[in-house]
Amino acid sequence: MRKPITILVSIDSNSILLGARHFKNYLINRLEHYNLTELVDVLETGSLGRYDQGVLFLLLPDNKMYGIKDTNDIELFVEEQLLKGRPVKELIVEEIQTPKSVEAKKVTEEERIVLKRAGKIDPKNIEEYIAFDGYQGFAKALEMKPSEIVNELKASGLRGRGGAGFPTGLKWEFTMNVNAPEKFIICNADEGEPGTFKDRLIMEGDPHSVIEGMLIAGYTVGASKGYVYIRGEYFESVDNLRNAIAQAYEYGLLGENILDSGFSFDLTVRLGAGAYVCGEETALIESIEGKSGRPRLKPPYPPVKGLFQKPTVVNNVETFASVPAIVLKGAEWFKSFGTPSSPGTKVFSLCGNLVRRGIVEAPMGTTVADLIFKYGGGIEGGKMLKMVQTGGAAGTFIKADEINIPLDFDSFKNHGASLGSGVILAIDDSHCAVDVALNLMEFFAHESCGKCTPCREGTRLIVNILREFSKGRGTLEMLDNLYDIAYTMQNSAFCGLGQSVPVPLTSILDRFRDEFEAHIGADTCPVGVCRFDKKKKKARK
Amino acid sequence: MGKIKSLEELMKIKENTLKDLKMRDTDKRGKIVVAMGTCGIAAGAKETLKAIVDVLNEKGIEDIAVVQSGCFGLCDVEPTIEVRIGENEPIIYGHVTPNQAKRIIEQHVLEGKVVSDLVVKRGEL
Ligand SMILES: Cc1cc2nc3c(=O)[nH]c(=O)nc-3n(C[C@H](O)[C@H](O)[C@H](O)COP(=O)(O)O)c2cc1C
Ligand code: SF4
Ligand code: FES
Repeated sequence: MRKPITILVSIDSNSILLGARHFKNYLINRLEHYNLTELVDVLETGSLGRYDQGVLFLLLPDNKMYGIKDTNDIELFVEEQLLKGRPVKELIVEEIQTPKSVEAKKVTEEERIVLKRAGKIDPKNIEEYIAFDGYQGFAKALEMKPSEIVNELKASGLRGRGGAGFPTGLKWEFTMNVNAPEKFIICNADEGEPGTFKDRLIMEGDPHSVIEGMLIAGYTVGASKGYVYIRGEYFESVDNLRNAIAQAYEYGLLGENILDSGFSFDLTVRLGAGAYVCGEETALIESIEGKSGRPRLKPPYPPVKGLFQKPTVVNNVETFASVPAIVLKGAEWFKSFGTPSSPGTKVFSLCGNLVRRGIVEAPMGTTVADLIFKYGGGIEGGKMLKMVQTGGAAGTFIKADEINIPLDFDSFKNHGASLGSGVILAIDDSHCAVDVALNLMEFFAHESCGKCTPCREGTRLIVNILREFSKGRGTLEMLDNLYDIAYTMQNSAFCGLGQSVPVPLTSILDRFRDEFEAHIGADTCPVGVCRFDKKKKKARK
Repeated sequence: MGKIKSLEELMKIKENTLKDLKMRDTDKRGKIVVAMGTCGIAAGAKETLKAIVDVLNEKGIEDIAVVQSGCFGLCDVEPTIEVRIGENEPIIYGHVTPNQAKRIIEQHVLEGKVVSDLVVKRGEL
């Protein structure tokens, strides 16, 4: 039965921590109390994009977004907005008031591909997914030859969204062309990158898009079994995905002879234990095989020899979620977004000292400045932007005056800023470069799997040296040492983890060399963050 | 729900579900605003609202949003509703009982003819 008013409650892990489930039940309870249940539908949806205003309630068709922080807010919302139709101004989440906000809003609304449905549909209901073009791309794919799908993907220019940016069509073509009795599809949902949560939001808000992408991959390369390798602590994602998979089986979209086409596909969820290196595709494969998650020597690459030594396509969640729309609407349509070398949109995770943290889907080639000021609302608490790390833990640091760099897969080559998995970490001027570097390198030292010497020992040495700096005992020679270690790791570490540590390290050293040098022989940390050992007298802030 | 066996069956689910989801759309052909001030509710605005929803459902009208608002300040003619179709000037109706609501939907919303005997104001409030 249709009801005139719908309230979408954002139920994703962040919102749940803020009390979303409790708020939803409380809201339902109030609606019953006021006898409004026949008029108002309360539904769960994925992330509505931000968390700094509490749990978001989206009131439709009014299209008003409420930020709910406690049950008093719900009382007000029900009594004023629902009963009397008076908007409660102080609870309404405003668009960020930058001069360009109107434009920005249009851009995000119009250019959503991957997150088109997240926050609009009930992710637990397959029929709502179907209502918004769901499984139509797959149905169309079944009418095409696998080589035609590969060609469409190649023409679309889609590149992997997991970090490395490898052309997806090419990857699938390799696997399609290998003659093997058994092949596999793996969705990399490990998302170990600190600050990234885009994959989680896709799986929580629109899990069927991932399943549909994997189905198309399976049909294209000739695989009949798929795995989603997902972080164990992503409870909501795991729940929603499992539920979506069960529904897909029920509706005959997974299993034997799908849509009477003769194509069969099975899909299973595998839980990871949360080691960063397990996101590396070969370590992930080892982990699914039941071994400990250590990288393999490449080549051979997974498209040729992957899971159980069979040809295997490994793609990121966002990559799979992009595929159905490309098959349905065509390469040309996809290429109308983004830049020539990096078509389409990208889901960026905005974090750090921003007014508005959350995720935003923007066209490839959007500048760091726009992400921070237009979408992120600028720097929190009236402070100044000091630096930005783009692309995740293994990404580059850039200075505040470099933020006009457009982000796409070539921006690293052209401007020295990495796109990576799309994390934008803004750091304000109350932070010290030495301290930032130390924290990050401690992360890598912790996550190094220990398999190879350059990374295991290198990360430990880097941390030791940075600790010396943060205690006021750094030397110029140590700075040179850091570059040496970086060079060695880049060239001799066994896997992408160790090989990429030098990227953030040298970029912060290059750009903040004066700040590192100012720590040498000083009495106190020039920014007032590091706690130096007591020298001469008391040296404190 | 049995297994889907063809594209046609898939499209059928799509159509049916879309109908249900239309209610959430924000851009519609028009909207009916029901004044839910205290006096409106006292005069029966809730029943009117319910009737409007029922009639829209019955007639399968999906491109009209139903929105509640605060008091219009027209206490003596409650329940009041405002009908906005496209760019036309909004019409405010007074004394809208469930039966009158039905008339308004049939004549104004469906046929585009203003129900003159119930109009209390034309144009923006
Ligand atoms: C240390 C390390 C961690 C990684 N973590 C992830 C991850 O969490 N998620 C992911 O999709 N790719 C991750 N990757 C990249 C994968 O190895 C692989 O390139 C990717 O899953 C391929 O998918 P794509 O082509 O769709 O991007 C990681 C790579 C390295 C070296
Ligand atoms: S580079 Fe680091 S993470 Fe990769 S294999 Fe070597 S020790 Fe393990
Ligand atoms: S034998 Fe282990 S590093 Fe040489």
